[in-house]
Amino acid sequence: MEYILIIISAIFVNNIVLAKFLGVCPFMGVSNRLSTAAGMGGAVTFVLTLATIVTYILQKYVLEAFGIEFMQTITFIIVIAALVQMVEIMLKKISPPLYQALGIYLPLITTNCAVLGVAILAAGNTDFDLLKSAVFAFANALGFALALVIFAGIREHLELMEVPKGMKGVPIAFVTAGLLALAFMGFTGLV
Amino acid sequence: MNQWKNFIKGLFKENPALVLLLGLCPTLGTTTSAINGLGMGLATTFVLVMSNMVVSLVKNAIPDKVRIPSFIVIIASFVTIVEMVMQAYTPELFDSLGLFIPLIVVNCIILGRAEAFASKNNVASSIIDGIGMGLGFAFALTLLGGIREILGSGSLFGINIPIFPLDANGNPQTMLVFVLAPGAFLGLGYLIAIKNRLSKK
Repeated sequence: MEYILIIISAIFVNNIVLAKFLGVCPFMGVSNRLSTAAGMGGAVTFVLTLATIVTYILQKYVLEAFGIEFMQTITFIIVIAALVQMVEIMLKKISPPLYQALGIYLPLITTNCAVLGVAILAAGNTDFDLLKSAVFAFANALGFALALVIFAGIREHLELMEVPKGMKGVPIAFVTAGLLALAFMGFTGLV
Repeated sequence: MNQWKNFIKGLFKENPALVLLLGLCPTLGTTTSAINGLGMGLATTFVLVMSNMVVSLVKNAIPDKVRIPSFIVIIASFVTIVEMVMQAYTPELFDSLGLFIPLIVVNCIILGRAEAFASKNNVASSIIDGIGMGLGFAFALTLLGGIREILGSGSLFGINIPIFPLDANGNPQTMLVFVLAPGAFLGLGYLIAIKNRLSKK
């Protein structure tokens, strides 16, 4: 039951993009086409879950064990950067088709604040054990993918619409995202 | 003259938040009030100036292949300094900005300027570029924060602005949605539209 609450809360109530504003850059950047949005969503889901598990272990058994929590930002970002690189190399070797699908999005993920943000949130939550952190990370990544795919679907239709001249392109995308965030606010109080 | 152009471009023509659309997460996430936006903008400016300076100083010593990881370590060090200083001297601002302070490290503006400008130019130009870009970012954040604070809580920098009618209990009937998540997206969308309109003339 606890896990279901974590999942619903992370996907709908506190959606990582629309309520917490993490990962807005890729949300705006790669949402022009539905297919690229799905690819990015998949790559983020994979890396985010893995990164949170690794940084959680690091936080508990290295940083807290030696009392050097102030090194958190530096260690986490180095670990995430190295991890992304490693995933890229391994994916190329083990599963070329998957690499073909996700490959170009992987380098972009290092500077996706969603990955570092969720890692810090999970490491800072005293209620979370390793399994809960992993579930939390996976659910947040699903929330990111969901928001990205919905938004890309809307934007594909938006291209065919007549939009006032000044609002064309980025401004109308932000207003659309605002309305989407408003819709997601309807989930408030669900958990 | 050239340095002046270098400084001024970050404020308007290449404003990082409104034109280049870099660093959107803190732009949207921290601008619930003008003071939060200004605090975030200045913290980012400090990191940007210092990292631009150091990257420009060590650019010849770093092999090309490992430059991105090296830049990230330099940036992360300064972010840690900002984190500790803010925690000690401005604990309230530190609490309200929360997660977004360590996240300065993944702000695309900082890595972007290190890669695109500081690693190719001398120290003085890099520092000026950092100040210009940082202040442009701080300006955009303060503007958005101010608009959201006026519409959402009826105040600016914490000072009451009585433009909203009062309800039965004497509280101003503000547009609460502007302090919440959707208001950030709407506010920035209209701000960019206005900016586009102004720069077309």
